[in-house]
Amino acid sequence: MLLNQFLILSAVLFCIGVYGVLARRNAVLVLMSIEMLLNAVNINLVAFSTRWGVSGQVFALFIIAVAAAEVGVGLAIVLLIYRNRTSIDLDELDEMKG
Amino acid sequence: METTFDLPANIAFGVIAVAIIVAAIRVVTTRNIVHAALWLVVVLGGVGAIYILLQAEFVAVVQYLVYIGAIVVLFLFGIMLTRAPLGEMLDLTNRTMRVGAIITAVILVTIMVFSVVDSFRDEEVDFIAYSGDVAAAQTFADLSAEEQETVLDEVAAIGAEGTDLGPVGRTETVSDSIFRDYLIPFEVISALLLAALIGAIVIARRD
Repeated sequence: MLLNQFLILSAVLFCIGVYGVLARRNAVLVLMSIEMLLNAVNINLVAFSTRWGVSGQVFALFIIAVAAAEVGVGLAIVLLIYRNRTSIDLDELDEMKG
Repeated sequence: METTFDLPANIAFGVIAVAIIVAAIRVVTTRNIVHAALWLVVVLGGVGAIYILLQAEFVAVVQYLVYIGAIVVLFLFGIMLTRAPLGEMLDLTNRTMRVGAIITAVILVTIMVFSVVDSFRDEEVDFIAYSGDVAAAQTFADLSAEEQETVLDEVAAIGAEGTDLGPVGRTETVSDSIFRDYLIPFEVISALLLAALIGAIVIARRD
Protein backbone atom coordinates (compact mmCIF):
# COMPACT_ATOMS: atom_id res chain seq x y z
CA MET A 1 0.00 0.00 0.00
CA LEU A 2 1.20 3.44 -0.82
CA LEU A 3 1.52 6.02 1.91
CA ASN A 4 -0.14 8.46 -0.47
CA GLN A 5 -3.49 6.73 -0.61
CA PHE A 6 -3.98 7.22 3.11
CA LEU A 7 -2.83 10.85 2.95
CA ILE A 8 -5.18 11.62 0.05
CA LEU A 9 -8.11 9.96 1.83
CA SER A 10 -7.30 12.09 4.85
CA ALA A 11 -7.10 15.26 2.73
CA VAL A 12 -10.50 14.58 1.15
CA LEU A 13 -12.10 13.85 4.53
CA PHE A 14 -10.56 17.03 5.93
CA CYS A 15 -11.98 19.14 3.11
CA ILE A 16 -15.45 17.65 3.48
CA GLY A 17 -15.19 18.59 7.16
CA VAL A 18 -14.09 22.14 6.25
CA TYR A 19 -17.14 22.43 3.98
CA GLY A 20 -19.35 21.29 6.86
CA VAL A 21 -17.85 23.80 9.30
CA LEU A 22 -18.31 26.67 6.82
CA ALA A 23 -21.72 25.85 5.38
CA ARG A 24 -23.72 24.34 8.21
CA ARG A 25 -25.89 26.55 10.38
CA ASN A 26 -26.72 24.14 13.19
CA ALA A 27 -24.12 24.21 15.98
CA VAL A 28 -24.33 20.45 16.63
CA LEU A 29 -23.67 19.74 12.95
CA VAL A 30 -20.64 22.04 13.04
CA LEU A 31 -19.29 20.08 16.00
CA MET A 32 -19.77 16.85 14.00
CA SER A 33 -17.76 18.35 11.13
CA ILE A 34 -14.98 19.27 13.58
CA GLU A 35 -14.87 15.62 14.65
CA MET A 36 -14.33 14.67 11.01
CA LEU A 37 -11.44 17.16 10.78
CA LEU A 38 -9.80 15.62 13.84
CA ASN A 39 -10.27 12.12 12.40
CA ALA A 40 -8.62 13.17 9.14
CA VAL A 41 -5.61 14.41 11.12
CA ASN A 42 -5.51 11.12 13.02
CA ILE A 43 -5.41 9.09 9.79
CA ASN A 44 -2.36 11.13 8.78
CA LEU A 45 -0.61 10.57 12.10
CA VAL A 46 -1.24 6.82 12.12
CA ALA A 47 -0.15 6.50 8.47
CA PHE A 48 3.10 8.34 9.23
CA SER A 49 3.67 6.19 12.30
CA THR A 50 4.17 3.17 10.02
CA ARG A 51 7.38 4.75 8.76
CA TRP A 52 8.65 7.10 11.42
CA GLY A 53 8.04 5.44 14.75
CA VAL A 54 5.18 4.82 17.06
CA SER A 55 4.91 8.42 18.28
CA GLY A 56 2.25 9.10 15.65
CA GLN A 57 -0.08 6.60 17.27
CA VAL A 58 0.53 8.16 20.68
CA PHE A 59 -0.37 11.59 19.31
CA ALA A 60 -3.49 10.10 17.69
CA LEU A 61 -4.52 8.78 21.10
CA PHE A 62 -3.93 12.21 22.66
CA ILE A 63 -6.04 13.81 19.93
CA ILE A 64 -8.86 11.34 20.60
CA ALA A 65 -8.75 12.26 24.31
CA VAL A 66 -8.72 16.01 23.58
CA ALA A 67 -11.57 15.56 21.07
CA ALA A 68 -13.67 13.84 23.72
CA ALA A 69 -13.08 16.74 26.12
CA GLU A 70 -13.77 19.26 23.36
CA VAL A 71 -17.11 17.67 22.42
CA GLY A 72 -18.19 17.57 26.06
CA VAL A 73 -17.50 21.27 26.64
CA GLY A 74 -18.75 22.21 23.16
CA LEU A 75 -22.10 20.51 23.62
CA ALA A 76 -22.45 22.09 27.07
CA ILE A 77 -21.94 25.52 25.47
CA VAL A 78 -24.44 24.69 22.71
CA LEU A 79 -26.93 23.61 25.37
CA LEU A 80 -26.46 26.89 27.24
CA ILE A 81 -26.97 28.89 24.02
CA TYR A 82 -30.11 26.90 23.32
CA ARG A 83 -31.41 27.56 26.83
CA ASN A 84 -30.81 31.31 26.55
CA ARG A 85 -32.07 31.82 22.99
CA THR A 86 -34.15 28.69 22.19
CA SER A 87 -32.17 28.36 18.96
CA ILE A 88 -28.75 27.01 17.99
CA ASP A 89 -28.66 28.69 14.60
CA LEU A 90 -25.14 30.07 14.26
CA ASP A 91 -26.25 32.82 11.84
CA GLU A 92 -28.30 34.40 14.62
CA LEU A 93 -25.31 34.63 16.98
CA ASP A 94 -24.01 37.91 15.60
CA GLU A 95 -23.75 40.13 18.69
CA MET A 96 -19.98 40.35 18.29
CA LYS A 97 -20.22 41.62 14.73
CA GLY A 98 -18.94 45.20 14.54
CA MET B 1 12.99 -0.49 -2.00
CA GLU B 2 11.04 -3.19 -3.75
CA THR B 3 7.37 -2.53 -4.09
CA THR B 4 4.93 -4.88 -2.50
CA PHE B 5 1.45 -4.71 -3.95
CA ASP B 6 -0.87 -6.23 -1.41
CA LEU B 7 -4.09 -6.79 -3.36
CA PRO B 8 -6.49 -7.76 -0.55
CA ALA B 9 -5.36 -4.80 1.54
CA ASN B 10 -5.80 -2.46 -1.42
CA ILE B 11 -9.30 -3.76 -2.13
CA ALA B 12 -10.18 -3.34 1.54
CA PHE B 13 -8.77 0.16 1.46
CA GLY B 14 -10.85 1.05 -1.60
CA VAL B 15 -14.08 -0.19 -0.08
CA ILE B 16 -13.44 1.55 3.23
CA ALA B 17 -12.35 4.79 1.57
CA VAL B 18 -15.46 4.95 -0.60
CA ALA B 19 -17.66 4.25 2.43
CA ILE B 20 -15.92 6.97 4.47
CA ILE B 21 -16.19 9.62 1.76
CA VAL B 22 -19.83 8.87 0.87
CA ALA B 23 -20.80 8.89 4.54
CA ALA B 24 -18.83 12.11 5.18
CA ILE B 25 -20.61 13.84 2.29
CA ARG B 26 -23.92 12.67 3.71
CA VAL B 27 -22.98 14.08 7.14
CA VAL B 28 -22.46 17.55 5.69
CA THR B 29 -25.39 17.50 3.24
CA THR B 30 -28.23 15.55 4.84
CA ARG B 31 -31.30 17.49 5.92
CA ASN B 32 -32.09 15.24 8.84
CA ILE B 33 -29.93 16.01 11.84
CA VAL B 34 -30.33 12.56 13.42
CA HIS B 35 -29.29 10.94 10.14
CA ALA B 36 -26.17 13.13 10.17
CA ALA B 37 -25.23 11.65 13.56
CA LEU B 38 -25.82 8.13 12.23
CA TRP B 39 -23.75 8.75 9.07
CA LEU B 40 -21.05 10.06 11.39
CA VAL B 41 -20.96 6.56 12.92
CA VAL B 42 -20.09 5.17 9.46
CA VAL B 43 -17.29 7.75 9.04
CA LEU B 44 -15.81 7.02 12.47
CA GLY B 45 -16.14 3.25 12.02
CA GLY B 46 -14.46 3.46 8.63
CA VAL B 47 -11.59 5.47 10.10
CA GLY B 48 -11.23 2.75 12.76
CA ALA B 49 -11.05 0.15 9.97
CA ILE B 50 -8.31 2.23 8.30
CA TYR B 51 -6.35 2.09 11.58
CA ILE B 52 -6.67 -1.69 11.57
CA LEU B 53 -5.45 -1.72 7.96
CA LEU B 54 -2.45 0.31 9.14
CA GLN B 55 -1.90 -2.27 11.89
CA ALA B 56 -2.60 0.20 14.68
CA GLU B 57 -4.88 -2.07 16.66
CA PHE B 58 -4.83 -0.14 19.91
CA VAL B 59 -5.75 3.16 18.26
CA ALA B 60 -8.55 1.36 16.40
CA VAL B 61 -9.99 -0.09 19.60
CA VAL B 62 -9.80 3.29 21.32
CA GLN B 63 -11.45 4.87 18.27
CA TYR B 64 -14.37 2.46 18.50
CA LEU B 65 -14.72 2.78 22.27
CA VAL B 66 -14.37 6.55 22.59
CA TYR B 67 -15.89 7.82 19.35
CA ILE B 68 -18.67 5.38 18.56
CA GLY B 69 -19.27 4.39 22.16
CA ALA B 70 -19.20 7.80 23.77
CA ILE B 71 -19.01 10.79 21.42
CA VAL B 72 -21.83 9.74 19.10
CA VAL B 73 -24.06 9.10 22.11
CA LEU B 74 -23.10 12.57 23.36
CA PHE B 75 -24.12 14.02 19.97
CA LEU B 76 -27.45 12.22 20.08
CA PHE B 77 -28.03 13.64 23.57
CA GLY B 78 -27.10 17.08 22.28
CA ILE B 79 -29.61 16.74 19.44
CA MET B 80 -32.27 15.57 21.89
CA LEU B 81 -31.65 18.32 24.45
CA THR B 82 -31.69 21.09 21.84
CA ARG B 83 -35.06 19.71 20.69
CA ALA B 84 -34.18 19.44 17.04
CA PRO B 85 -37.35 18.56 15.16
CA LEU B 86 -37.25 15.00 13.84
CA GLY B 87 -37.50 14.67 10.09
CA GLU B 88 -36.26 16.98 7.37
CA MET B 89 -35.17 20.54 8.04
CA LEU B 90 -34.53 22.81 5.11
CA ASP B 91 -32.46 25.47 6.87
CA LEU B 92 -29.53 23.36 8.10
CA THR B 93 -27.22 24.72 5.40
CA ASN B 94 -26.46 28.39 4.90
CA ARG B 95 -27.39 29.05 1.26
CA THR B 96 -25.19 32.11 0.79
CA MET B 97 -22.14 30.49 2.40
CA ARG B 98 -22.58 27.29 0.45
CA VAL B 99 -20.91 28.26 -2.83
CA GLY B 100 -17.98 29.86 -1.02
CA ALA B 101 -17.62 26.81 1.19
CA ILE B 102 -17.55 24.48 -1.81
CA ILE B 103 -14.93 26.64 -3.54
CA THR B 104 -12.81 26.76 -0.37
CA ALA B 105 -13.01 22.99 0.08
CA VAL B 106 -12.13 22.27 -3.55
CA ILE B 107 -9.14 24.65 -3.51
CA LEU B 108 -7.96 23.19 -0.20
CA VAL B 109 -8.25 19.59 -1.41
CA THR B 110 -6.39 20.47 -4.61
CA ILE B 111 -3.50 22.06 -2.72
CA MET B 112 -3.32 19.27 -0.15
CA VAL B 113 -3.48 16.42 -2.68
CA PHE B 114 -0.90 18.12 -4.89
CA SER B 115 1.55 18.70 -2.05
CA VAL B 116 1.07 15.19 -0.67
CA VAL B 117 1.52 13.53 -4.05
CA ASP B 118 4.54 15.74 -4.71
CA SER B 119 6.19 14.90 -1.38
CA PHE B 120 5.60 11.16 -1.03
CA ARG B 121 5.46 10.07 -4.65
CA ASP B 122 5.63 6.29 -4.39
CA GLU B 123 6.64 5.69 -0.81
CA GLU B 124 5.22 2.48 0.52
CA VAL B 125 3.59 1.94 3.84
CA ASP B 126 5.85 -0.42 5.72
CA PHE B 127 5.55 -1.54 9.26
CA ILE B 128 9.20 -1.24 10.21
CA ALA B 129 8.75 1.43 12.80
CA TYR B 130 6.33 -0.57 14.90
CA SER B 131 9.00 -2.95 16.11
CA GLY B 132 10.30 -0.32 18.48
CA ASP B 133 13.88 0.45 17.63
CA VAL B 134 13.59 2.13 14.25
CA ALA B 135 17.26 2.05 13.36
CA ALA B 136 17.75 -1.63 14.05
CA ALA B 137 14.35 -2.75 12.91
CA GLN B 138 13.72 -5.40 10.30
CA THR B 139 10.42 -6.71 9.13
CA PHE B 140 9.72 -10.27 10.11
CA ALA B 141 9.70 -11.34 6.47
CA ASP B 142 13.26 -10.04 5.96
CA LEU B 143 14.68 -12.52 8.47
CA SER B 144 16.05 -15.86 7.40
CA ALA B 145 14.06 -18.96 8.24
CA GLU B 146 16.25 -19.79 11.25
CA GLU B 147 16.02 -16.28 12.63
CA GLN B 148 12.24 -16.37 12.21
CA GLU B 149 12.15 -19.57 14.18
CA THR B 150 14.26 -18.03 16.94
CA VAL B 151 11.95 -15.05 17.14
CA LEU B 152 8.90 -17.30 17.27
CA ASP B 153 10.51 -19.39 20.02
CA GLU B 154 11.26 -16.27 22.03
CA VAL B 155 7.70 -15.08 21.55
CA ALA B 156 6.36 -18.45 22.64
CA ALA B 157 8.62 -18.50 25.70
CA ILE B 158 7.60 -15.00 26.72
CA GLY B 159 3.96 -15.69 25.89
CA ALA B 160 4.03 -18.52 28.41
CA GLU B 161 5.10 -16.02 31.04
CA GLY B 162 2.17 -13.81 30.17
CA THR B 163 3.93 -10.92 28.49
CA ASP B 164 4.47 -10.06 24.84
CA LEU B 165 7.40 -9.07 22.66
CA GLY B 166 8.24 -6.13 20.40
CA PRO B 167 7.54 -7.00 16.77
CA VAL B 168 4.28 -8.79 17.47
CA GLY B 169 3.20 -6.84 20.53
CA ARG B 170 2.59 -3.46 18.94
CA THR B 171 0.26 -2.35 21.67
CA GLU B 172 3.15 -2.87 24.03
CA THR B 173 5.28 -0.55 21.90
CA VAL B 174 2.56 2.10 22.07
CA SER B 175 2.21 1.79 25.82
CA ASP B 176 6.00 1.90 26.25
CA SER B 177 6.07 5.10 24.28
CA ILE B 178 3.19 6.65 26.25
CA PHE B 179 4.56 5.80 29.67
CA ARG B 180 8.20 6.49 28.86
CA ASP B 181 8.54 9.25 26.25
CA TYR B 182 5.18 10.93 26.70
CA LEU B 183 4.50 10.47 30.39
CA ILE B 184 4.10 14.17 31.19
CA PRO B 185 1.68 14.90 28.31
CA PHE B 186 -0.26 11.82 29.42
CA GLU B 187 -0.63 13.20 32.93
CA VAL B 188 -1.57 16.62 31.55
CA ILE B 189 -4.32 14.92 29.49
CA SER B 190 -5.82 13.51 32.68
CA ALA B 191 -5.89 17.00 34.21
CA LEU B 192 -7.45 18.31 30.98
CA LEU B 193 -10.19 15.68 31.09
CA LEU B 194 -10.95 16.56 34.71
CA ALA B 195 -11.09 20.27 33.84
CA ALA B 196 -13.36 19.58 30.85
CA LEU B 197 -15.63 17.42 33.00
CA ILE B 198 -16.00 20.10 35.68
CA GLY B 199 -16.31 22.83 33.06
CA ALA B 200 -19.07 21.02 31.18
CA ILE B 201 -21.01 20.45 34.42
CA VAL B 202 -20.65 24.09 35.49
CA ILE B 203 -21.68 25.42 32.06
CA ALA B 204 -24.64 23.15 31.53
CA ARG B 205 -25.99 23.15 35.10
CA ARG B 206 -29.37 24.76 35.54
CA ASP B 207 -29.57 27.01 38.60
